Amino acid sequence: MKQLVYLDNAATTKTRPEVVEAMLPYFTEDYGNPSSIYEFSSRPREAIAHARETIAKALGAKTNEIYFTNGGTESDNWALIATAEAYQAKGRHIITTKIEHHAVLHTCEYLEQRGFEVTYLDVDEFGVVKLSELEKAIRPDTILISVMFANNEIGTLEPIREIGEIAKKHGVLFHTDAVQAFGHVPISVDECHIDMLSSSAHKLNGPRGVGFLYIRTGLKTRSFIHGGAQERKRRGGTENTPGIVGFGKAVELALATMEERSRTETALRDHLIERVMREVPYVRLNGHPTRRLSNNANFAFQFIEGESMLIMLDMEGICASSGSACTSGSLDPSHVLLAIGLPHEIAHGSLRLTLSEETTMEQIDFTVDCIKKIVERLRSMSPLYEDYVKKHGQGQNA
Amino acid sequence: MYSEKVMDHFQNPRNVGEIENASGTGTVGNAKCGDIMRIYLDIDENQVIRDVKFKTFGCGAAVATSSMATEMVKGKTVREAMEVTNKAVMEALDGLPPVKVHCSLLAEEAIHAALWDYAQKNGIEIEGLVKPKSDIGEEEIEEEY
Repeated sequence: MKQLVYLDNAATTKTRPEVVEAMLPYFTEDYGNPSSIYEFSSRPREAIAHARETIAKALGAKTNEIYFTNGGTESDNWALIATAEAYQAKGRHIITTKIEHHAVLHTCEYLEQRGFEVTYLDVDEFGVVKLSELEKAIRPDTILISVMFANNEIGTLEPIREIGEIAKKHGVLFHTDAVQAFGHVPISVDECHIDMLSSSAHKLNGPRGVGFLYIRTGLKTRSFIHGGAQERKRRGGTENTPGIVGFGKAVELALATMEERSRTETALRDHLIERVMREVPYVRLNGHPTRRLSNNANFAFQFIEGESMLIMLDMEGICASSGSACTSGSLDPSHVLLAIGLPHEIAHGSLRLTLSEETTMEQIDFTVDCIKKIVERLRSMSPLYEDYVKKHGQGQNA
Repeated sequence: MYSEKVMDHFQNPRNVGEIENASGTGTVGNAKCGDIMRIYLDIDENQVIRDVKFKTFGCGAAVATSSMATEMVKGKTVREAMEVTNKAVMEALDGLPPVKVHCSLLAEEAIHAALWDYAQKNGIEIEGLVKPKSDIGEEEIEEEY
């Protein structure tokens, strides 16, 4: 039987059984609306408070700075739009990067249509924000800097502390989309001078459909989802008690296992990278060689196209993803790969593999073996490879 | 996302390869958009397509449409091959997702480009055949859906 090899943990993760177990009572037993006054609702209310405490502690934040949302996208939308509206008297300029998630980029475009000005910073070849350019981009009317903690495609970790220091020095608010980083790398909002932080539970073995936005005390905070008095009147809508409880449990477990998990994943990741780079010709590693998420590997294979690779990997039971145009739903390949300077035709041949603590060495070796066969097969069908070989002959890495 | 026929032609593509000293060769598409198709035709003195091979850089649909298009023109006369339209290729594959329609268009263009090359080399005219675009630009592809 074909075994599932799940290497798409940046897309979503398996909900831990302990997390599911923690959530279950809040569906069928303690299902009371946390806002109701009767005794029956006290347990769900306490459970939410407990989850909030766990999460606040994980960030070095206060409990009243954590606002639950339905996920990372909502948190990003809230952080950007509410801040823009609340601070527009001071200015209408926002700084972000070219490699942000669409939840940030498309929200910035929305704000641009409403009279805000956005600077999209370039990154270097590894996907790292250039601090000098960030500082140069700050103007008297700059109200917000939004830079992701770690990139979802190439795994590069941004110099968040340094960015936070620059933001603080210039009196500009700093938001970070930490969807890929929270629960995977240690984060302290105070040390990094983070004013707002977005996170999503399902990227750290929690359930899908729940996230939070950290908002530092003292910020002008406006509602984004209007409704009832939930979340200190800032985010309307009956609380997703099971989801929030599951998120809390997932964070508790993610923190407890972080060190060892990171060590295991890094060893597997480096083995994967080492084998692919050594055994497959005409390939490059995307992202920073060391300053990257422990579970992320991203390659660009020359002369072939990503979607074809994904289908063939899928036939072997391997789940992966690509930044090719065909998988992005547009004609352009991933904006992240273009931002790090990859030509279009090479960006089309990208492959992202994201590991979990359940990934084994056998799975990695099996995957590399499959990649080798698939790349060879697709190249044998590729007119680009044919032209290259006719011109340069077969052999060494480009 | 893909029909069984598309998957079959992607997994077991027919007529992959090259033909040395082909009667006609055509390459269309561009790497920037992520699709390039190259068709080789071997055409006999009665204008019958004796053999056809292809090479494609592209997604699953690009490979499958190339494969199907080569199947459909093999053994046909050049005049009959002109009737293999992108719609016919799509129908033969039991359809394509809307964003992949341009792949079938590329397959039609590739056949036409190879036929044009053949016609040029032999100084003949093929009814309905116009000089193919060497490159399919992004704007034109976008108009397709």
